[in-house]
Amino acid sequence: MKTERRSAPAGIPPLARYLAIRLGVTALLMLGVTLVTFILTNLVPADPVQAALGEQAAANPEIVAQFRENAGLDKPLPVQYFTYLGHLFQGDLGTSTQTRTSVATELGKAFPATIELAVGAILISAIIGIGLGLWAALRRRTFIDQIIRVVSLIGLSVPAFWMALLVYFIFFFQLRLFPGSGRLDPTAVAPPHVTGLYTVDSLLAGQWATFGDAVYHLVLPASVLALYTIGLLTRFSRSAILEVLDADYVRGARAKGLTGRTVVLKYVLRGALVPIITVLGIAFGSLLSGTVLVEKVYSWHGLGEYAFSSATKLDLPAIMGVGLVVGIVYIGLNFIVDIAYGFIDPRVRAA
Amino acid sequence: MSQTTAPASRPQPDVLAVAARRRLRFPAALRNPLAVTGTAIIVVWLLLALLAPMISPAGPLAQDFERLQPPSAAHWFGTDQLGRDVLARVLDGARVSIILPLLLVVSSLLVGTIAGSVAGYFGKVADEVIMRIADLVFAFPTIILAMVIAASLGPSLTNAVIAMLIVSWPAYARVTRSLVVVASRSEYVVAGRLLGNSPFTSLGKDILPNIIAPVVVLATLDVGTAILLLAGLSFLGLGAVPPTPDWGAMVSDGVQNFSSWWISVFPGLAILTVVLAFNFLGDALRDTLDPRTADAVKGRAL
Repeated sequence: MKTERRSAPAGIPPLARYLAIRLGVTALLMLGVTLVTFILTNLVPADPVQAALGEQAAANPEIVAQFRENAGLDKPLPVQYFTYLGHLFQGDLGTSTQTRTSVATELGKAFPATIELAVGAILISAIIGIGLGLWAALRRRTFIDQIIRVVSLIGLSVPAFWMALLVYFIFFFQLRLFPGSGRLDPTAVAPPHVTGLYTVDSLLAGQWATFGDAVYHLVLPASVLALYTIGLLTRFSRSAILEVLDADYVRGARAKGLTGRTVVLKYVLRGALVPIITVLGIAFGSLLSGTVLVEKVYSWHGLGEYAFSSATKLDLPAIMGVGLVVGIVYIGLNFIVDIAYGFIDPRVRAA
Repeated sequence: MSQTTAPASRPQPDVLAVAARRRLRFPAALRNPLAVTGTAIIVVWLLLALLAPMISPAGPLAQDFERLQPPSAAHWFGTDQLGRDVLARVLDGARVSIILPLLLVVSSLLVGTIAGSVAGYFGKVADEVIMRIADLVFAFPTIILAMVIAASLGPSLTNAVIAMLIVSWPAYARVTRSLVVVASRSEYVVAGRLLGNSPFTSLGKDILPNIIAPVVVLATLDVGTAILLLAGLSFLGLGAVPPTPDWGAMVSDGVQNFSSWWISVFPGLAILTVVLAFNFLGDALRDTLDPRTADAVKGRAL
């Protein structure tokens, strides 16, 4: 990490100090995210009243006057911000102008679906990405390395929403190999709600058929979503592994006469794990936002589809809700990555 | 303490040899097959964008043909749901979908480099303010923040570009800042200041020439990202407004008519080829960077 702090104050253990700093930064960033959504909801739109009420209601002056008073739009801005924060802490993210339902409720329903999709995608990309990265690093400067480089660059260059359509057209519409929409077969009953993730819930309930169905529905959207992160992880693991391959302790392990397999699994991969974990955090964040462009095609009722339909209808409270939730989750992820980093690599906390 | 990028800070055995190597460096980068492929594709697309009105088989907005016709000799890429020629729209769309992101990358490079230089060189309050704003932008995934900003500004190409500018300058600011911080401590910069150079001369004459290479590589890599971002915003209906031909919006039309695959396949292929070309070029250029400055760019996307 690139902190430029000088020596630690005496008496406080470095790990505790590191945790405290990261926690403080995280809290400040989350507050910053609310400030951004506040500004974008209340200051930037040409007419915040119309943005909040929708066109029809905004045409009625009585409703508008009532709304202004209720929303406290006549009060000074800092007061408005604190009112806004107060609402957020009570879980009130406003009302969708399209469906007139609570944004928080809708997001609560959509969130598990997206997490399920993103976790599926991160598993796919971790396995393939780290595998390809390792392969390329071990075959450095060979033809294989070049091919993998091109493949990962293609993964990084494919427009996800286009690939979603193409894969849908080929594997569902033409070949009928995989289901094209939804999270379960239309005739299937959702497993009892525990986490909201159908795969986890069905396993908890012991419903193997439902579990299989849920996984089957995950294949297409999760693979499309994973393309970009496969590219990302391949590149990063390759360079992380290359750095470790030249390290003295790896040469030492080889010199001891250990087999290639042991050296790679026990020494190289473990040593390269720290940078790879960091990138996994970044990758998960990019998956969360990638769902905005992919879910719609597969009628996957998650955050992404909600964001897509809100964006196309310009439903501002709903869009801000998505921005807020994804921003907070993203910051939380980075925090977890930083903490993991601090635990794995003592040099980080000492910095 | 002279951990700098500058050839000037190293002992110079033979000035002429250094100069010769410098002149050779760019062509050497371009001898890489990836870079050659990338550059060739980019040149072809730029020519197509430039010549679109002359070589296009029809007007991009003309609804003159039968609707939803599959590709044929008359319409290579078929026709869309309003009876427009898809090839004509793809060609014309290059002007929006490539040229705008290119301009955007140049502007965010300018804004970001200036902000980063100020932050890195002057430090203190300027540094804190600029870098905390950058942190705030980095607190969101790019497309989410761009979407949120574009939505609150209202859907239009101009607003989409403003949103993209807001989300993309901090990457340059961070990289520039870290390079400027290191460079400004180096002996030749300090010597220049002692000789009476003003801070701006020092920044512009002593520091910038030595840090510009990684920033330019970053920009090359960023063009692909910018094209994808603009296409994504248009796909969401927050970029180009119909009937403007834009690749992202054209793919979006395909969602409603997915059995007419040609409506979305060709504009999508166009996006893929251009983005891939810029990524090929950027990736090859990055290999030519001085390893010490390359670290600054390494943290970025690719």
